[in-house]
Amino acid sequence: MLDQTPKEIAVRTGICVNPLKTCQPVGALYAALGVQKCLPHSHGSQGCVSYHRTFLTRHFKEPAVASSSSFTEGASVFGGGANLKQSVKNIFDVYDPDVIAVHTTCLSETIGDDLNAFIQELDIPDGKLVVHCNTPSYVGSHVTGFGQMVAGFIKYLAQKSEPVNKIGVFPGFVNPGDIRELKRLFGLMGVTATILPDTSESLDNPMTGTYQMFPEGGTSIEEIRSLGSVKRALALGPVASKEPALVLKSKCGVETDLMVLPMGLARVDAFIMKLKEISGAPVPQELELERGRLLDLMLDANQYFHQKKVAIFGDPDTVTGLTAMALELGLAPKYVATGTPGEAFVTEVNGLLDQYEAKNGTRVKASADLFELHQWIKNEPVDLLLGTSYGKQIAKAEDIPLVRAGFPILDRYGHAHHPLIGYAGTRRLAELILGALMDRYDRDCADEDLDVVM
Amino acid sequence: MDFKSAVLGRYNARIYKSRKDHIVEVKDGVEQKIAANTRAVPGIMTNRGCCYAGCKGVVVGPLKDTCVITHGPIGCGFYSWGTRRNKARPDSDGNNYIQYCFSTDMQEADIVFGGEKKLKRAIDEVMAIFKPKRIMICSTCPVGLIGDDIHAVASQVEKDYGVTCVAFSCEGYKGVSQSAGHHIANNGLMKKIIGTDDSGTITGHTVNLLGEYNIGGDGWETERLLRKIGYNVVAVFTGDGSVADIARSHRADINLVQCHRSINYVAEMMKTAFGTNWLKVNFIGLKAIAKSLRDLAVFFGDSQLVERTEMVIAEEVAAVEPEMTALKARLNGRKAAIFVGGSRSHHYQELLLDYGVETVLAGYEFGHRDDYEGREVIPDIKEDADSKNIENLVVEPDRRYRAFLSPERFQELKETIGLEEYAGLIRAMGDGSWVVDDLNHFETEEMIKVLKPDVFFSGIKDKFVVQKAGVLCRQLHSYDYSGPYAGYSGALNFGRDLTMGLFAPAWKMIDPPWREATHA
Repeated sequence: MLDQTPKEIAVRTGICVNPLKTCQPVGALYAALGVQKCLPHSHGSQGCVSYHRTFLTRHFKEPAVASSSSFTEGASVFGGGANLKQSVKNIFDVYDPDVIAVHTTCLSETIGDDLNAFIQELDIPDGKLVVHCNTPSYVGSHVTGFGQMVAGFIKYLAQKSEPVNKIGVFPGFVNPGDIRELKRLFGLMGVTATILPDTSESLDNPMTGTYQMFPEGGTSIEEIRSLGSVKRALALGPVASKEPALVLKSKCGVETDLMVLPMGLARVDAFIMKLKEISGAPVPQELELERGRLLDLMLDANQYFHQKKVAIFGDPDTVTGLTAMALELGLAPKYVATGTPGEAFVTEVNGLLDQYEAKNGTRVKASADLFELHQWIKNEPVDLLLGTSYGKQIAKAEDIPLVRAGFPILDRYGHAHHPLIGYAGTRRLAELILGALMDRYDRDCADEDLDVVM
Repeated sequence: MDFKSAVLGRYNARIYKSRKDHIVEVKDGVEQKIAANTRAVPGIMTNRGCCYAGCKGVVVGPLKDTCVITHGPIGCGFYSWGTRRNKARPDSDGNNYIQYCFSTDMQEADIVFGGEKKLKRAIDEVMAIFKPKRIMICSTCPVGLIGDDIHAVASQVEKDYGVTCVAFSCEGYKGVSQSAGHHIANNGLMKKIIGTDDSGTITGHTVNLLGEYNIGGDGWETERLLRKIGYNVVAVFTGDGSVADIARSHRADINLVQCHRSINYVAEMMKTAFGTNWLKVNFIGLKAIAKSLRDLAVFFGDSQLVERTEMVIAEEVAAVEPEMTALKARLNGRKAAIFVGGSRSHHYQELLLDYGVETVLAGYEFGHRDDYEGREVIPDIKEDADSKNIENLVVEPDRRYRAFLSPERFQELKETIGLEEYAGLIRAMGDGSWVVDDLNHFETEEMIKVLKPDVFFSGIKDKFVVQKAGVLCRQLHSYDYSGPYAGYSGALNFGRDLTMGLFAPAWKMIDPPWREATHA
């Protein structure tokens, strides 16, 4: 496995090998799937949407429906306006969504299609909507694309009117299980919130024997409109949620708290304190018990976490959360990498490492790829990989256990149902990590060292 | 209401016009025409991919001794990395590059100022780190739009490093589906690889296996059978394939064509250039395998080979027959629908019949009329604006041209074993079944309601749509991470998987006890 990867590290400025990110449009598509009766639409060649639907379906094991402008060479020369016009008519005729969420691709961006102008000229049926965002594939990553689409919904739909007694929440690039957990936490803390997008009921669907192209769930148009009138908003995950926060401020004057994802005990604490500040309600006993149980596990099993070297990789908002959590557990982050560009990631991770005095030659990098991470590991190995499915190649090549967390996870089932956030999510991930490390010890130790009790 | 009116009745006039000729009912004794390889309707959820997916994803991607560099923004290279299950083991030099994704990860500045410099730098780095003997470059949409000359870069790389470097202008917007990409890939292999190695000797009854991508290990199982009979497999296009083998492929006696759609261009061009005959084969399904093996033995006209073929068939059948018979007892009488990319929608009908399963609907994502109606329609296919944009490579007879058969023998084999013939999918289907080209999401939903298949064979984009509707869906692109399905042991694997799927206990638990039972 990966036998051609040499130990010697050469500086690369041209070739990306084994990427740790993908392109903006797939993030935009994912975000749009969290809006009620919305059909995501890719303005480009049909190959893009085919790849994106495939990719999302493989992660969620759920249908990911979306349409395409199906550019041909002709459209690429003359512009895609006619294709969009035809698409919109056909989509409303055949699939009848309430809203079409268009995102661009490197193709339509390179030829300079003006989506604002195209959409203004469309003949949109009464009561129906078309929104858009720009997601050239040569900028950012799938995480920023996600933010662009959320911002697109705000730009088109949010309206400032009579204040409503709730908050707006941009949950970040997380799984349906995380959103369900957010809702539960809001319920416990007495916070009324509109979450955009909400994939908890659209990408984690029960089997009923009846296929519904547009599941009941998702943020409704009305709820998105009302985001312009909320008293404040929380934007979780700075890379994914900064853009919608900025747009909501500039369009409707809503103040937003830009926060890290609530992963790891301290970050969940901060999040709960924020909710307490918003609602003025006390923290319920139930939540305090949950916190206590997480803390209990952290202390009970501390010796098995202690100073185990870990490589953490994936999307920036998730990886910083995982790093915070790893440090709390007593793990030693050796390599922390994201493929998404942006030096704020490096600054944040370094800050965490400083806080725990854990900077022992730790390498931290944005715009990294898995090839480089593998080379680091070849030079100085780790005990654990914590990240996405593509890490399994390195896991196999170097015989290191991999705990899957983040996006994408293409080779496991049921994972998107579980949260990574909150005390509950943190506790579950801690248990998964513990199991991987302890299984590994049991497998590798001498017969006389095998302990039935640990 | 029949399937066609159920679907078309819901379309507006424009979609109706675009789709009506793509849906055909099979009628005994009637030669049906079908529209195919035309533009997908914008906004209608087609399952099709793009030209890049056909070139890099399907044909070029599986080559293990080559660094295939995607020139473009990160997505395309990323999505085509390790996702097609075209298995490969390292070549004799220990190389296996298919585990790697190489991308130039173009950024905004590269789009504005041109990406050639970055591509050249990327190749320099790949040469320094990996030292491959061969490099291939695949373009994505923006590369063609901004006018990067990847072919000039490839020439420069060949000069600088003395390696083979092939560039494929397979931008996603070309053509109407993956099919354009297959064609572009075929042309590149013909121009730059096939016929470039005359070293050493190749002996015995020699064959190439074309259009076998070794999904789930299919190619390995097929090769095992061929070798067991005594054939020498020179090259496989391109599953577990290598450029080193393909360079020698012009020296084989015959090309065996498994996937007609993706590789028939190479078969035709090699016939013209090197005189290599080709035979359409199918190693999916017991009867189909036996026919393919027997036809091949007849081609060589060697009585020992004929005898050996019968022996191997008997031995292989005996190994799987008892269990297949038992499985057939559980599967017999079920109805299937198959919608895959190219030739599999045809091939798997034969295997399903081994289990008594009838196919009520079949279609291709990106087939052409000849895949449906047979190759005799090729002269009648009108070129449209989209197909004209794809180079139709014209080759001349090479100095190494070699006719394996006399003209009389060729004619005889054409008639007896269908040498260089392909009769297409429609003729293989039963009266009253349906053929749909470029089946889309809406039509899939309607099809399930009207035709009520017990199992739908398709891909990942459909899989959970179909299963949520209460119908088993097995992926025939990836075999749902199982396989091989080719060969005799593959036929058995397939039967086991289908039985497992249909009889999963959970299907009987859809209705909660507090609700009226509406599902099986």
